[in-house]
Amino acid sequence: MIEFKHIKKSFGDNIVLDDVSHVMESGKANLIIGTSGSGKTVLQKCLVGLFEPDSGEIIYDGVSFTEMTEEHRKMLRQQIGMLFQNSALFDSMTVEQNIMFPLDMFTKKSHSEKLKRVNEVLERVNLKDINKKFPAEISGGMKKRVGIARAIVLNPKYLFCDEPNSGLDPQTSMVIDKLIYDITKEFNITTVINTHDMNSVMEIGENILYMYQGKKEWSGTNQDIIFSKNERLNAFIFASEFLKDAKDMRMLEAKGKIDNDRNMDDLLK
Amino acid sequence: MYWKEFMHQCVDIGIGSLGIVSLISFFIGAVSAVQTSYQLVSPLIPRSTIAQIVRDSIILEFAPTLVCIVLAGVIGSKIASELGNMRVSEQIDALEIMGINTKAYLIAPKIIAAITTIPLLVVIGMTLGILGGRVAAIGSGVLDATTFDKGLLQNFVPYNVFFALIKSYVFAFIISSIPAYYGYNVKGGALEIGRSSTKSVVVSCIMLLCADYVLSQLLLNPGH
Repeated sequence: MIEFKHIKKSFGDNIVLDDVSHVMESGKANLIIGTSGSGKTVLQKCLVGLFEPDSGEIIYDGVSFTEMTEEHRKMLRQQIGMLFQNSALFDSMTVEQNIMFPLDMFTKKSHSEKLKRVNEVLERVNLKDINKKFPAEISGGMKKRVGIARAIVLNPKYLFCDEPNSGLDPQTSMVIDKLIYDITKEFNITTVINTHDMNSVMEIGENILYMYQGKKEWSGTNQDIIFSKNERLNAFIFASEFLKDAKDMRMLEAKGKIDNDRNMDDLLK
Repeated sequence: MYWKEFMHQCVDIGIGSLGIVSLISFFIGAVSAVQTSYQLVSPLIPRSTIAQIVRDSIILEFAPTLVCIVLAGVIGSKIASELGNMRVSEQIDALEIMGINTKAYLIAPKIIAAITTIPLLVVIGMTLGILGGRVAAIGSGVLDATTFDKGLLQNFVPYNVFFALIKSYVFAFIISSIPAYYGYNVKGGALEIGRSSTKSVVVSCIMLLCADYVLSQLLLNPGH
């Protein structure tokens, strides 16, 4: 569990985060959503320690990250995995070397043990026969999966994903979402995902924080969103007519007016 | 891992620059022999002085300074663009989140590798420069081999080699640390990587020439 209280962060006169508090729960897909410039990336960077908040407190499972020494932070970071927007794979290394890198840095395992672990995580993200390829030789979706494999290779307790679906087609996006969700459940990880993708919000959003102009505007689950009266949230999530219709259908479903897929099929006949 | 990265950088900087350093040194030596001969027309000055001038100008200035100016372009732009690309593509952030000290892992091996290999390149440059001078002098009929070799050994001051090595250590630090600084602190995208790379080379060259003057003043002319 990651809890943060009254986080404030400014760059010069520009207040990017203004008194943001929330709890990211273990074993759940915790989503930070909001328009561009709402402060979600800065918030995530504050949580992992890439930015220092001006004030406020970040607590990892009861231990204050804000007050930790640099040495303790280093130890904690070995329990953090992160998937970056552009995957951030090391260009000069092969897929295998990329995933093995954290093992080389932080474990004393033999090469064969490390290789076994690399193949395990590659299999977990449904990739094979790409060990010797360089990042430039694989597709965007594969890069994301290699990024996930690298992030989970040390069995982290916390997984951060910065816009995991950016640049991917809808089908591949769903595969990545499902993979992150399944891994979260399988290893009981506290997963924090920054996203713009409405499909992700509705499919895997178990604990959602909606940011608006650097402030916490709304929080809840993907089911709560359907019935939310927050105008800003609705304007953001259900921006198109198509999505508004989809929301109406979900509301009808939730109210029992459309029972299940079979009834839907009947209605559509 | 740090040792592996250091060795990788040694190969990149040392072996990677060997070709250009050899080529430049050889031709600079050859040209300096021909040009010195062209200027030394007085019958009062022995012809072997040409070899002496070639030797000293190569050891004192051409090998350390000219080679390092070229290396500032070759290595400097590579270091700045490599680190800049890692910065904008969030690879440095990825390392930091893993708990790795990125300055120690990415910058220190480059600077240590430069300080280790560049003086060796300068020594190779000295040797090839003198060899180039000898080949040109004999080939163009300016001097015969015996006269050149005699001149080469005349009034040799070993301190000059020491001075050249001191310069090469200082220059190696300059041409690795300045581009590393610019590359590591890049903000923006591809355009900024290019700008920082160019700026780092320009600043390195200026700093190198300033350091050249200061070191010459301090080590060759300390009393004035």
